[in-house]
Amino acid sequence: MANKNMKPVDVVIVGFGWTGAIMAKEMTEAGQRVVALERGVYRDTYPDGAYPKTINELEYQQRFKLFQNLNKSSFTFRRKTGDSAIPYRQIAMFKPGEGVGGAGLHWSGCHWRILPEELRMRSHYEERYGKNFIPKDMTLQDWGVSYEELEPYFDFAEKMMGTSGTAYRVGGKVVDESGNPFEADRSDNFPLPAQKEQYQAALFRKAAQQAGLHPFTLPSANAAAPYVNQYGCQMGPCTFCGFCSGYACYNYSKASPNVNIMPALRQSNLFELRSSCNVLRIELDSSRKKATGVTYVDINGDTVFQPASIVIASTFAYNNARLFLLSGIGKPYDPVSNTGAVGRNIAFQMMSTINAFFEPGKNINGFIGAGGNGVAVDDFNGDHMDHGPLGFVGGSPIWCNPSGSKPISGIAVPSGTPRWGRAWKQAVKDSYLNTMSFDVHGANMVYRDVYVDLDPNYKDAFGQPLLRFTFDWKDNDIRMSRYVTDQAVKIAHELKAREIKVTVKDFGAAPDLRSYQTTHWAGGVAMGTDPSTSVVNRYLQSWDVHNVFAVGSGVFAQGIGYNPTGAAVALTYWSARAIREQYLNDPRPLVQA
Amino acid sequence: MKKISISPDRRRFLRGALTAAPVAALAVTAGSLTAKAEGPSPDQPYQPSFFNRDEFALLSALADTLIPADDTGPGALQAGVPEFIDAQMNTPYGQGQLWYMQGPFTPDAPPEFGYQLPYPPRELYKKGLAEFDAAIRQQYGHGYVELNTQQREKMMAEFEKGEQGSLKMATIPPSALFNLLLQNVHEGYFCDPTDGGNRGMGSWKMIGFPGARADYYDWVDQYGKSYPLPPISRG
Repeated sequence: MANKNMKPVDVVIVGFGWTGAIMAKEMTEAGQRVVALERGVYRDTYPDGAYPKTINELEYQQRFKLFQNLNKSSFTFRRKTGDSAIPYRQIAMFKPGEGVGGAGLHWSGCHWRILPEELRMRSHYEERYGKNFIPKDMTLQDWGVSYEELEPYFDFAEKMMGTSGTAYRVGGKVVDESGNPFEADRSDNFPLPAQKEQYQAALFRKAAQQAGLHPFTLPSANAAAPYVNQYGCQMGPCTFCGFCSGYACYNYSKASPNVNIMPALRQSNLFELRSSCNVLRIELDSSRKKATGVTYVDINGDTVFQPASIVIASTFAYNNARLFLLSGIGKPYDPVSNTGAVGRNIAFQMMSTINAFFEPGKNINGFIGAGGNGVAVDDFNGDHMDHGPLGFVGGSPIWCNPSGSKPISGIAVPSGTPRWGRAWKQAVKDSYLNTMSFDVHGANMVYRDVYVDLDPNYKDAFGQPLLRFTFDWKDNDIRMSRYVTDQAVKIAHELKAREIKVTVKDFGAAPDLRSYQTTHWAGGVAMGTDPSTSVVNRYLQSWDVHNVFAVGSGVFAQGIGYNPTGAAVALTYWSARAIREQYLNDPRPLVQA
Repeated sequence: MKKISISPDRRRFLRGALTAAPVAALAVTAGSLTAKAEGPSPDQPYQPSFFNRDEFALLSALADTLIPADDTGPGALQAGVPEFIDAQMNTPYGQGQLWYMQGPFTPDAPPEFGYQLPYPPRELYKKGLAEFDAAIRQQYGHGYVELNTQQREKMMAEFEKGEQGSLKMATIPPSALFNLLLQNVHEGYFCDPTDGGNRGMGSWKMIGFPGARADYYDWVDQYGKSYPLPPISRG
């Protein structure tokens, strides 16, 4: 029970990363009094990301300075229902964020939209390949919102983040053939031109062209030039320092909630941010259909009740499912009876990597890097190739995204190199400046037996159950990854390198908590049109408790090929618009179940 | 500063280290009192703050085998790797405060679930080094420190094989200790000198990493050129 009660506010926001910051901005603009609660510490570019302090691989990348302290709270994993789950004790496979800015402070800046067909994946595949093409245990579903509806918010978010890129098509007209020909129509160009291209990205572009593919510049939320966004927040040009992913940007170049939204929010006397506040649950009234606020533990260890008229769950991906489960919002998913929706449709992403080793003297200079910058091909992403003869659902971009290679976290060496001794040393010396790498960063579909629920055995520092993942790699996804990786190998052969090393999953491979995949989890509180298979409606409003909204990649109905931030952020603006225009004056379920 | 006299134990360690790796031994024995100090000084032998002298000698010998000194670049001992690891044991990381350490523990979980022992790094080293030492002594009649280079490399290869190798440790799986050791050795070898290792930025010079320069705007599009500036440290 709470031992402290706060003054009621209009909106309480749980989690202060990208989606929480956007909601805070949107709601204060609408005149709402907003309190945001962030479980981690207060952070900002200064002093947390100041040069040279931030140029510290040991502290940031090895000791996970900006990431979740697993000592306080972690997750458990098992491959199958019925197995006992085992804790994720050290950060490796994915790197969850914590602190003001959340994952938006430590991300790289890869700022994609989403493919229109991914928003209506089941309908699209059934229309093109017939109803039987999607495997029976694959729980694909449409999201309930179209690309056309979201387009204005993708555009607005690019302008908010100062995204650098090359548009292919604007207003139905091709404006630059070097853009991504598979990209959906845009209402406007990127606010900044593409960043400079690093050597390995240029080599990748040429090789991909020679392989008959369509390379283009990755849209990057690392500013190519000085920029001021709609909120008056300023960015400086990226200097390719190579300390991007996992670090706060000392140049104010990488878009983050701290750089692109916080300076504007600070001007509002309607907004209050409380850091080091861990929300335990959303409180409901006796009808269980309305939230009254949230209960949290503050920095002093006091249990505090914050009353609010609207609760916005904007924690990272899967954590919204955990918060809903802990709060008794919606029905927990049960894979056996196939009922309930909270925790359902969890998806990850799977990567394969290709290293190309050149002779010493090539000077690829991989220490030069910008997190979101690089060159990609989309020929095998989404449904851009005919899946009919391929026999799998889903796809993947292939990209060379040189974000800056640093020595501690691992210098790629040719296959067969020992891990220590003189031969290792020589290989490290020969390889460090002369290696390039690129990735197949693929979609992960959703399955009836892949989900999250509350672990019965393990607890966090606040005595609450950890989130339990029941998760395994599936043949469909490995088939997809291996197919696209084969295409990537064709690109690699065009490079005429000394050696090519391919790291790709075998059928039956176990999820490996020791090796990094991505941090791109999706699902758990999926959006949709059917309350029996989704947790929130098309406006990201809880079907069960209408004054609770959930934002972030947890609402994705399934995994996507691109990095999720772009879609998560656009959906947040879409939801905010619905709250501002439809909900505030007339609080009610915005979609009738 | 006060000179620290050499004890009989220390003398024995020195002899062992010198036999095995004369170049590197200088750096180990002549480190400074804190891991963050600038460079070796013959007057101030490093006094480990966490490990005892025997453990530190063993740790140094292991690090020396993993990254030996040669013409390619500095070895782990010259770079101050053992001193780095010793200092790390007193950080929240060394104390296990960055890891989820609540039980129950399932040490026999499949390897893909990652580290599942109940020990933070400092305890894993204490237990692991003792068990490793006992295993070596059983086979050779004396410690790893006193083995010659070939014997050290042979036993390191068995150590690396983990539970599949011939090195049998009483309770700690050899792979758990080996993986931690290799990771920490890489950290101490390649970190910024202000973090307590990579003395003189020798490893950065070896591979061509410019360290904390962190501004390559003018170099991004100079394809294939050798970056002209030497590395700099954050400190």
